[in-house]
Amino acid sequence: MAKEVSECTVWEIRVMSNVKKILDVAEGTWEMESRLMGTPVGDRNNWSISNYFYLQVLAACFYPALLEDDSLPLDVKQRAESLLRECDGGSVGSYTDSSGITKIKHCVSQFITRRDGGVPSSPDNIFIKSGSQTIMLKLLIHSKDSCQTGVLIPVPTYASFIIALEEQGAAIIPYHLCEEQGWTLQVEELRKALHTGRKTCNPVALYICNPGNPTGHIQSRKSIEEVIRFAAEERLFILADEVYQSCVYGDDTEFYSYKKVLSEMGSTICSTVELASFNSVSKGFMGECGLRGGYMELVNLDPAVKEYASRLFSARSCPPVVGQIALDLMADPPKPGDPSFPTFSEVGEVFAELPGISCQPLKAGFFVFPCLHFSLKAIKWAKKRQMEPDMLYCLRLLEETGLHVRPGCEYGQRKDSHHIRFVHFISPVQKLSIMLLDIANWYLLSY
Amino acid sequence: MCSIHTVIPHPLFCCCYETLNGKCLALRTNITSFSKAMSENGALPLRGKVLTLDTMNANVKKVDYAVRGPIVQRAVQIEKELKEGVKKPFEEVIKANIGDAHAMGQRPITFFRQVMALCTYPQLLDDNKFPEDAKNRARRILQSCGGNSIGAYTTSQGIDCVRHDVANYIQRRDGGIPSDPDNIYLTTGASDGIVTILKLLTTGEGRTRTGVMISIPQYPLYSASIAELGAVQINYYLNEEKCWSLDISELQRSLQAAREHCNPCVLCIINPGNPTGQVQSRQCIEDVIRFAAKENLFLMADEVYQDNVYAEGCAFHSFKKVLFEMGPEYSSKVELASFHSTSKCYMGECGFRGGYMEVMNMDPEVKAQLTKLVSVRLCPPAPGQALMDLVVNSPQPGEPSYQTFMKERTAVLSALAEKAKLTEEILNTVPGISCNPVQGAMYSFPRITLPERSINEAKAKGQAPDMFYCMKLLEETGICLVPGSGFGQREGTYHFRMTILPPTDKLKIMLNKLKEFHQKFTQQYS
Repeated sequence: MAKEVSECTVWEIRVMSNVKKILDVAEGTWEMESRLMGTPVGDRNNWSISNYFYLQVLAACFYPALLEDDSLPLDVKQRAESLLRECDGGSVGSYTDSSGITKIKHCVSQFITRRDGGVPSSPDNIFIKSGSQTIMLKLLIHSKDSCQTGVLIPVPTYASFIIALEEQGAAIIPYHLCEEQGWTLQVEELRKALHTGRKTCNPVALYICNPGNPTGHIQSRKSIEEVIRFAAEERLFILADEVYQSCVYGDDTEFYSYKKVLSEMGSTICSTVELASFNSVSKGFMGECGLRGGYMELVNLDPAVKEYASRLFSARSCPPVVGQIALDLMADPPKPGDPSFPTFSEVGEVFAELPGISCQPLKAGFFVFPCLHFSLKAIKWAKKRQMEPDMLYCLRLLEETGLHVRPGCEYGQRKDSHHIRFVHFISPVQKLSIMLLDIANWYLLSY
Repeated sequence: MCSIHTVIPHPLFCCCYETLNGKCLALRTNITSFSKAMSENGALPLRGKVLTLDTMNANVKKVDYAVRGPIVQRAVQIEKELKEGVKKPFEEVIKANIGDAHAMGQRPITFFRQVMALCTYPQLLDDNKFPEDAKNRARRILQSCGGNSIGAYTTSQGIDCVRHDVANYIQRRDGGIPSDPDNIYLTTGASDGIVTILKLLTTGEGRTRTGVMISIPQYPLYSASIAELGAVQINYYLNEEKCWSLDISELQRSLQAAREHCNPCVLCIINPGNPTGQVQSRQCIEDVIRFAAKENLFLMADEVYQDNVYAEGCAFHSFKKVLFEMGPEYSSKVELASFHSTSKCYMGECGFRGGYMEVMNMDPEVKAQLTKLVSVRLCPPAPGQALMDLVVNSPQPGEPSYQTFMKERTAVLSALAEKAKLTEEILNTVPGISCNPVQGAMYSFPRITLPERSINEAKAKGQAPDMFYCMKLLEETGICLVPGSGFGQREGTYHFRMTILPPTDKLKIMLNKLKEFHQKFTQQYS
């Protein structure tokens, strides 16, 4: 049996099952929770918080007969039709190009350019594939009969990436994030780790997760520059895992992509440092992990190597079409003026009326993350049930109204503060106001 | 310093890495001196890339997947040229290279797509245009998904109720032989499962390196994966004269030869075959199982074309069923993994990436590692899993959608049977082309006789002679096929693989164009 896999211990199996448990809770086994509380889960089809636009587009792509339906908004129909035109035979059941549907890659490259304030992005450097990290690892990591390839990874980091590295036979070189400073990345620590790593293996890559998983830390622009400079000096390939880029909140935090910062660092560095950045639909506004939509953008990759990367992708057939469509919708959501584009003002207005809930002004993205100021009674009650107060709030809200929102404890928040997260991106807009009033009314009644 | 091979436990991650001091030292010196040069120069010099063809994982260079290879790239280019108005001797490119039914105009099964729409946008559960049986399936699938959404992650092994349904399907299909849902893994297409098992089995170095037996001709996913994993490919030749049948004596010969230089431990069978279309007889399957048991081989049975059986007197026999009917001497011993997918048969849903594998008699500790291995990629696409559920749990007699479902299914399969026959007939009227009966699957793999001059010209260009032929065919007729060299063939023989998927009328036109081309080509190079 394969050696890399056999060397893994019971410890690791336990880690994986814990990760699974965490994933299960995070991805919403509300059912399980509710059953534990002794109440059955009701039918949620009327009020589940989700983005109707993209669900409608996906449904119409699956079953094009829906395009003749009057109930679907015009922008939904147009988008579904334009996507189906890109599919062979007009069907999402056909294979696509191995790196993804060309039009969707264009859409993603435009999204990246907008995100990075105009830094150009070419569809030729974009590969749509969830799990494209594995392909990069395959290219970088040598087979066992040469000196072992090393990859620098942060501590803490998520378990399945460690297993992916081991599967490829890489040496793991840990660098510690600085908890006291809010889990920042210190270049000195990188330097130390690299120096140690060089004694026993051949380090070629530096893996960064920004925003951090599990830390929730977001790198400052200055920190990113330092890391890029370090990678340039030490000849390291940067693997930038940026899948949480849409989950950014707080007044003074902003996400900077590695590509953008790299592009602004002077001609020598920006044209030589090799970078692969990863993004996905699993974490953003859609949180649609099960669709497996994601992409990788390559910067400064040797064109000869890119040829081989393409071959590896082609041997894997093609990415799931549904995931590609989800990516298109994430990269190009409805715009102001489109029938499915909701207005944001209502959200702030509703919450401004209520005691006990405060909400930061909405700047961007598709989430609202209001702060709930629970009464002492509520906090005590939660404590008795051994749950975070916001988790308990969400469970009760779900049971009583069918509204499915996420508690702030899943995302990280200051101690003793409580939040809920929900998608305000709902169509039709009228449903949004009704939903907000529901949250508000129930909150007032309960506490 | 002497060469020390050490195994160092990693302080944090309970894994080990090996160091080969001699080798690493040498490499480190290179890096140090390079860095020194850099800092001596003061400023950062234009650095050489970290990832070049030389520093890249060498195994990647050997990866080749002909189905999407250079001929397809040229076909896509030609399509662009046609769109731009460039004049060609044809009006469209016919992509008969890949087993993609929908791309060739086959309609999806209505019931399946209705359920998928319901799962994705549950508001439709209130819409009375959808039949009740579709709604019930959707509700059931949604209930077993996290957060009642098909967008949530699922467990890595796959949604529970789907695996149960798969197990029930297998049990029904195999006449009651029990199937345990715990032995079922849902996968991203069958390819994902096949690669995962190969990964699990590939180990050793040099003479102890894992050898994988695969038929020639074969579906190039196998050769590509074997190359990528650095395993050893062991070829066994199918018998073209006997309709591509499998001879045990050939298996024996190839195994014996392979034992000289590697450790053969896997035997891969594709049944119904790709690209050959042969459907194994029950007797043959028994012989293969007996052979695997005697020689201690792990059996991988690729059965994705199990519903695509057309020829009179041919029937699909699952490896598992035959294994169990051979009694406990075999059924409790032989390790088997069987693969299925949503991409072929009558569904043709390639883009969903749905599939499953069933593992039998796997060592429990190894199985635990398999479960861990699949968890790395988190989970297969949920819509693919849902679709797989519908395939194994399709409308039953009495249900509202049954009539339509059966009508659509029968229409697809009988059209394929008709096209299989048509292909064989027309190709066999061409002097210089000889086509075995297409007993099953979706392809024909005819043998072509190539004039000596064309072979020489091809070799001068550094091209395989059948690639040369196929390229010419593409440029002159717009028909895109895959040369036999991409699948493997006996030395000195040439073939191409063509799908039987285009609609019947287009298929007829295509076959006749092919006939004309072959005659012209033969004349031109004689």
